[in-house]
Amino acid sequence: MANKVIVETTINGDPVELLCEPRQSLLEVLRDVLELTGSKEGCLTGDCGACTVVIDGRPVCSCLMLGVEAAGKQISTVEGLASGTALHVLQQKFLEHASLQCGICTPGFLMSAKALLDHNPNPTEAEIRYALAGNLCRCTGYDKIVRAVTDAAATMAGRSRPAHGAVPAETASGMTGEMLAKGEVK
Amino acid sequence: MHAITYETPKSLDEAVKLLAAHGEKARPLSGGTDLLIQLRAGTRRPDFVVDIKRIPELTRISFSLQHGLRLGAAVPCIEIHENGDMRKYYPGLTEAAHLIGSLQIQSRASVGGNLCNGSPAADTTPALIALGAQARVVGPKGERMVPVEGFCLAPGRTVLQPGELLVEFQIPAPERHCADAYLRFIPRNEMDIAVVGVGAALTLDMSDDRVVEARIGLGAVGPTPIFAAEASKSLIGKTLDAAAIDNAARLAIAASSPIDDMRGTAEYRRHVVGVLTRRVLAKAAERARQSDQR
Repeated sequence: MANKVIVETTINGDPVELLCEPRQSLLEVLRDVLELTGSKEGCLTGDCGACTVVIDGRPVCSCLMLGVEAAGKQISTVEGLASGTALHVLQQKFLEHASLQCGICTPGFLMSAKALLDHNPNPTEAEIRYALAGNLCRCTGYDKIVRAVTDAAATMAGRSRPAHGAVPAETASGMTGEMLAKGEVK
Repeated sequence: MHAITYETPKSLDEAVKLLAAHGEKARPLSGGTDLLIQLRAGTRRPDFVVDIKRIPELTRISFSLQHGLRLGAAVPCIEIHENGDMRKYYPGLTEAAHLIGSLQIQSRASVGGNLCNGSPAADTTPALIALGAQARVVGPKGERMVPVEGFCLAPGRTVLQPGELLVEFQIPAPERHCADAYLRFIPRNEMDIAVVGVGAALTLDMSDDRVVEARIGLGAVGPTPIFAAEASKSLIGKTLDAAAIDNAARLAIAASSPIDDMRGTAEYRRHVVGVLTRRVLAKAAERARQSDQR
């Protein structure tokens, strides 16, 4: 194909030089050119968030950005979360809280949560829900995801239990977001 | 998506030359949250996509109490919300920018893109109209200033001629006891397209609590965003009591020309124009009265 261009970018801390067509989205470049298939294709209209990556510290739908726009940017994808075989705290907490079922939305949720916690290490439940509002999950009902992020924030901050009176991991089951929001659970 | 050529001009001059050379075959790319969807759907088919985010004038927010605001057309909405001057002096425009889509969308979408996309339901446009924003446009024949209420011509169509580029918005510095507000109605809490949006900016004379200046902008109730001129004018010199606010709301409804669609009927939208106009005026007035404390 004619029309391919070279893009120099940084992905998960590594400098990357890649060849792509200008019409390819960043999501296509990640998945089809670089074979980083962690980022998922959902709606292709920016509604579902399954393709979320973090670019220069901000969450972005990689389906709504051209791959060529990545030149000079710092891109983090779900593949960069774990250190070798050691899961990132967020990944560990998603497992502990059963925050996924089919899993297609999970990489996007993890990256949105990562962007939030990097920016705000001690978010309230409302802030977590706001930050995750661009990610859709049709399995979990969201509460388990919110719990995992709450717990991950607490763990990363070295607290034994989440701040803001939110529910700790071991008593999490059966609590609704409304109960959490009202602080009915200690 | 069809094949495109991607251009990254570093200056206004370079951008205008590129856009002028390619005419209707070129489309500027800001945050891409509308454009990429249109490219994929084939509803826009430019051969040249001109990324304008490397041009300094388009990507900066500069504000001073002396000179007012220059808001680059490609500044992402999230940067507006993160900017202390924007939150303090233009809270209405800031809240409009901060309720467009998710954080993923706000990280990319821009106020300039919102306007150039030409949707009558664009959230930031009524807020810009309320503030009396002027759009600075450069093109092969030079520069011109376009009042934002005159920028959109029809759904998806604007005054921009082939080769022209929206550079920035220029907004006067807020006077004492001047503030803006924006409210929209959607049938859910977040992330939807406005059924109705209303922006208002008010300047009050605190010696007798009278309105010195008023501007009301309406969204999603006509083929383009609307400046409710009669409603705005009706408030000037008045005390903001219930009668003045009701009268302005009635005139705002008269300025609207909504249609029935899946988001609401025309009749319902007219009703909501009245409700939101009353609420947004009260909110702007409250902010204006408290603006000493900022």
